[in-house]
Amino acid sequence: METITTIEPKQKVYFDLTTSPHLHSKWSTSKVMWFVVAALIPSIAAALTFFGWTQIFAIVTAVIFAVGTEAAIQSIRKKKVTWFNGSAALTGLLLALTLPPNFSLSATAIGSIVAIGLGKQIFGGLGYNIFNPALVGRAFLQAAFPVQITTWVKPNFAVDSVTSATPLAAFKFDKIFTDTIPMAIGNVGGSLGETSAIAVLIGGILLISVGIVNWRIPLSMIIGMFLFGGMFWLINPQNPTPIFHIFAGSFLFGAMFMATDWVTSPVTNKGMWIFGLGISLVLVVIRIYGGLPEGVMYSILFMNGFVPLINRYTKPTIFGFVKEEKK
Amino acid sequence: MSSKTFHGGVHPKEYKELTEHLAFELFPLPEQIILPLSQHLGKEAKALVKKGEDVKAGQMIAQAEGFVSAPIHTSVAGKVMSLGKEQTSSGFPKDSIVIKRNDTIESENVLLYPLNPETITADEIRERVALAGIVGQGGAAFPTSVKLNPPRDKNIDVVILNGCECEPYLTRDFRFMIERPDDLISGLKLIMKALGVKRGVIGIENNKPEAIELLINKIKYEHGLEVVSLKTKYPQGAEKMLIKAVTGKEVPPGKLPMDVGAVIQNIGTAIAIHDAIVNGEVLITAALTVSGKGIKNPKNLIVPVGTSIQNVIDYCGGVTDDAVKIVVGGPMMGVAQFDLHAPVMKATSGILVLTKDDVAENPETPCLRCGQCVGACPLNLMPTKLSRYSRLNRFDDAEGAGITVCMECGTCSYTCPANIPLVQWIRLGKQKVLQMQKERTAK
Repeated sequence: METITTIEPKQKVYFDLTTSPHLHSKWSTSKVMWFVVAALIPSIAAALTFFGWTQIFAIVTAVIFAVGTEAAIQSIRKKKVTWFNGSAALTGLLLALTLPPNFSLSATAIGSIVAIGLGKQIFGGLGYNIFNPALVGRAFLQAAFPVQITTWVKPNFAVDSVTSATPLAAFKFDKIFTDTIPMAIGNVGGSLGETSAIAVLIGGILLISVGIVNWRIPLSMIIGMFLFGGMFWLINPQNPTPIFHIFAGSFLFGAMFMATDWVTSPVTNKGMWIFGLGISLVLVVIRIYGGLPEGVMYSILFMNGFVPLINRYTKPTIFGFVKEEKK
Repeated sequence: MSSKTFHGGVHPKEYKELTEHLAFELFPLPEQIILPLSQHLGKEAKALVKKGEDVKAGQMIAQAEGFVSAPIHTSVAGKVMSLGKEQTSSGFPKDSIVIKRNDTIESENVLLYPLNPETITADEIRERVALAGIVGQGGAAFPTSVKLNPPRDKNIDVVILNGCECEPYLTRDFRFMIERPDDLISGLKLIMKALGVKRGVIGIENNKPEAIELLINKIKYEHGLEVVSLKTKYPQGAEKMLIKAVTGKEVPPGKLPMDVGAVIQNIGTAIAIHDAIVNGEVLITAALTVSGKGIKNPKNLIVPVGTSIQNVIDYCGGVTDDAVKIVVGGPMMGVAQFDLHAPVMKATSGILVLTKDDVAENPETPCLRCGQCVGACPLNLMPTKLSRYSRLNRFDDAEGAGITVCMECGTCSYTCPANIPLVQWIRLGKQKVLQMQKERTAK
């Protein structure tokens, strides 16, 4: 055996001394937030295409006021101001995409302030809110500006038969069904980000593929829609088909971007199924029996409230745990 | 071939390409070795030598003390310089024997009588394994002879050789499988004989197709042996996960693999058993992977036990300028080092030098309740909850939520996008809860 000569120990001390694990996935809170923003680009593009480039003002307004409100409240609370972590920007963007085209900019700003202030910061900021902040903002606007928020615009490239009314409103009030294809592409009336199912799906599938969105929530919502929507349709064929339910309104947008908000959805796999199925059930009831044509917002907010309870009752069984047999 | 697995887990980047193609190199004998008396779980061995005494290579310098213990042999001939506390890679100083090499002392080539693996009895196997100081090579270093001697009331029906090597970077077990497949199978058969078991399984992650194919060919005509391909996923090599994947059985919290009829041995352990019985060797070398972007020449090495980490790193060309962390073991469960005089021990499986980029951490934010840790926890715990209880000193709640079940694999911390040190908090809470339980029983 060959031998080695004496080694003078080097004096240089390295040394990062944290405990294991020494590796970490490359995700961080802000990366995730900005990634979701990026996943919304197809929807933004669709909104600008169908409702005109001026809609960008609504988006910019919502984002600026969301980020500004967050920074203002954080500095009042003497917390670290997180300008760039993307969380408030995402809330603003999501809010803007749920509003109708040409919605008043000042009302949009109010919506952003409420979304961040009442929806998020009042609970303690990021990670502590119970309800989806963007939807809290929208719910406020729905109550404060009931007329403007249901005033729709006819999309560009619309064929003559297309009206400005949303497919859901057209169905609810006039019993007119819209074809699936225009709803998939997006040249129908509706809120900015919700009309193009294809754009929403591109972003959503991207988020699922990188693991940001847990597929259980959108899938359970879709299954729930077939289950509950299908049930109502079978009982009375005058009711819309599940396919119509899925493509109309903001169902897919809600399934991909709203219900899947990490903070306000369950942490357990089983819980996610219950959550998604619950949203669809509440939604079908609102759409069919409620006064409003659309109910994605309320159904998600409603189920948000149950999340702590769902988490509590869907605790996974610890590996290898066996129930003590009764003697 | 379909691959079996368990629920949860993560798949970190593997980095095995740094060393997987490199055959083991024999490390030269060092000038001096440090042999901690406790290189295994259980009781510290009892020193048999005095300061100033000359020892032969392979001589037993400390004997097993009690049932769960293992003797220590010296890897070099030389003089005992001191007996006292020395720093070890566990982070704590431990009683150790320091030996300075002296080649003029003559040593025997063969240390123990080789035994015939065909005619050997179960008791002889256990005796030899105990005498050779063999401990589990997977990291926990449990004395192997104890594992080969289960209580009578346990029905063991399967021996599983753990060839998962699920920790990134490490390629030691892979090299063993490629370089010494026959010895490995011989070792497996000896383990089966000692336990009186008819079924032997070699579980290998499917990122090592070469090893899977080779071993399938080798066992083609062997009765009772099988190779199982497992999904490449951390922590596939954890005992409970491996048993679940291979047999479908779950080891209940607080129970041992033998309670569900399984005994797990590491690939390296099987090789050591073969060497001890067929070649009459004692365990005085450690096979390890030296890797990471921070080391100049990554290698797979056979290192004399007791060699300092510094020596090993120097042999591999030293570290690069951006090296910031030296880890003994794998990157997911290994221990960061602050004193490179610490020696390589019997169960050391790797020395990793990580760079700034490797260990870069993103800022911690509040929990986003994303559920990633809950979905990834292989033991179905709720890491976010456990860590919060621990942080808030709510140890009763932590106990109720099963904190003591945690095996500290680190999957949760790895996956957390908010960069919360989940397993670190849980580790703290677990210690507190175990202490609480001890106090309770003492009352």
